[in-house]
Amino acid sequence: MEDMSEQAAVAKLKEKFSSSVLDVAEYRGETTVVVKKEDIVDVCTFAKEQLGYNFLSDLCGVDYLGSSPRFMVVYNLYSIGSKSRLRLKVPVEESDAQVSTVSGVWGTANWHERETWDLYGIRFEGHPDLRRILLAEDWKGHPLRKDYPLQGPDRELYQGRLS
Amino acid sequence: MATKDTMTINMGPQHPSTHGVLQLVLELDGEIVRSAVPHMGFLHRGTEKIAENRTYHQIIPLTDRLDYLAPMSNNLGYVLAVEKLLGITDSIPERANVIRVMLAELTRIKSHLVWLATHALDIGAMTVFLYAFRERERIMDLYEKVSGARMTSNYFRVGGLSADLPEGFEKEITSFIDDMPGCLDTYEGLLTGNKIWQSRTMGVGIIEAEDAIDIGLSGSSARGSGIDWDLRRDNPYSGYETYDFDVVTRTDGDTFSRYKVRLDEMRQSLRIIRQTLDRLAPGPVLADEPKVCLPAKKDVVGSIEGLIHHFKIVSEGFKPEPGEIYQAIEAPKGELGYYLISDGSSKPFRMKIRPPSFVNLQALPQMVEGKLLADVIAIIGTLDIVLGEIDR
Repeated sequence: MEDMSEQAAVAKLKEKFSSSVLDVAEYRGETTVVVKKEDIVDVCTFAKEQLGYNFLSDLCGVDYLGSSPRFMVVYNLYSIGSKSRLRLKVPVEESDAQVSTVSGVWGTANWHERETWDLYGIRFEGHPDLRRILLAEDWKGHPLRKDYPLQGPDRELYQGRLS
Repeated sequence: MATKDTMTINMGPQHPSTHGVLQLVLELDGEIVRSAVPHMGFLHRGTEKIAENRTYHQIIPLTDRLDYLAPMSNNLGYVLAVEKLLGITDSIPERANVIRVMLAELTRIKSHLVWLATHALDIGAMTVFLYAFRERERIMDLYEKVSGARMTSNYFRVGGLSADLPEGFEKEITSFIDDMPGCLDTYEGLLTGNKIWQSRTMGVGIIEAEDAIDIGLSGSSARGSGIDWDLRRDNPYSGYETYDFDVVTRTDGDTFSRYKVRLDEMRQSLRIIRQTLDRLAPGPVLADEPKVCLPAKKDVVGSIEGLIHHFKIVSEGFKPEPGEIYQAIEAPKGELGYYLISDGSSKPFRMKIRPPSFVNLQALPQMVEGKLLADVIAIIGTLDIVLGEIDR
């Protein structure tokens, strides 16, 4: 394990997973790498063990309703050694809304993945304990999906101004 | 016939030692905890969903209500994230940055005081609770002076601050930081050498550095396990790289270590505040970004451009170009991150909050397993959680 810059890390990722890296983007000094979801566990293991990204800061879902694939699962990695960040994203189809769990790579992913399941309805294959975490067990629906009404399914839309 | 020899009990959600509405389902074998399963969400308000339906400025008050013991830190993380998204980080005036650092460190002391007070009370040290709340009250007064509110400050703005410091504020904060080291000595005098305190905290809730990183511990909880990592020093923001302060670490990884780390951190915060006071030079507290920041009142009533800018920003908001950023700060409880995605409209397409308490709480089950029931109380306290940001 060694410390390296984001660029070097991306180069190594591309070299190792040439067919898996779908896109690399730079914005405001941050690097985002989009990878195929089939390889996410291997990519994360490689990032942790070979690239030094030993800390998973955050994991969350995003709903791009209307585009295909509909969902993204986002992994914000951090290296406590080199103090640098790297973002991984995997596209997830609505018809097959599941990704392999990375809770075996970082223990902290456990609750983040439960939250993503709870709020987006994306399943994490192989997760040890995939239950809802913020909402009640018998809650219907996944509120952070863009087609879930802001005030809940059984309320009429607020007719006044929001902004 | 074999009988089940463990007992399952509910601790919380209405339990004073769970620091809010946290429910723990504990499986007990006598006094020994076999497993602990936390249940959260009782305070879930859908902050991230609401944020997708508000303009960027309207979200600042929502952030007050995450970690309600450290509202200004939440404000700071959020405004820094939006400023990064807009690309205006470098145009924040010096005075605004200095005041932000000053208040963020004051907030750290405020948060740590509540942690110390309640943690000590939970373990049976009542006096410290009263003293720490006495000092916290002074910080609340300072909060009220700058923002008008004791808790939900809503003071920082994208581009700077909502208003300059009130007259005489420097004198009051100076008097506070002059008194505070003596107060910290008092707390330490009551606790550090106290045999009861030591036996309740030393060797309790040990977590090794490797496990701490795996489970995502950050902030003082991680530094108590010897992880030398502080975002203020390692990924500085708001000019933290220009201040002299030490990152406090302890290697034992137990409750006592984390106690010492947080107490010493308060001393470092006082050091930083003292430096900010030396740097407070007169100047603007809001960036010169007319498309983002509200114009001064005299321009709103005195010029047509000012009026139009005011109207546009209030009614429509500003529109960052499409993109995504992650901005983290060293909040009192650890890494507080905001992941923002803009689709080019005046509302965030996605705002994910990375709350330190949520992640730190995840370490609880492994820290209490096989330990005494009484240690659960100490370990909840030492993790320094706030349910407002866990449940969001």
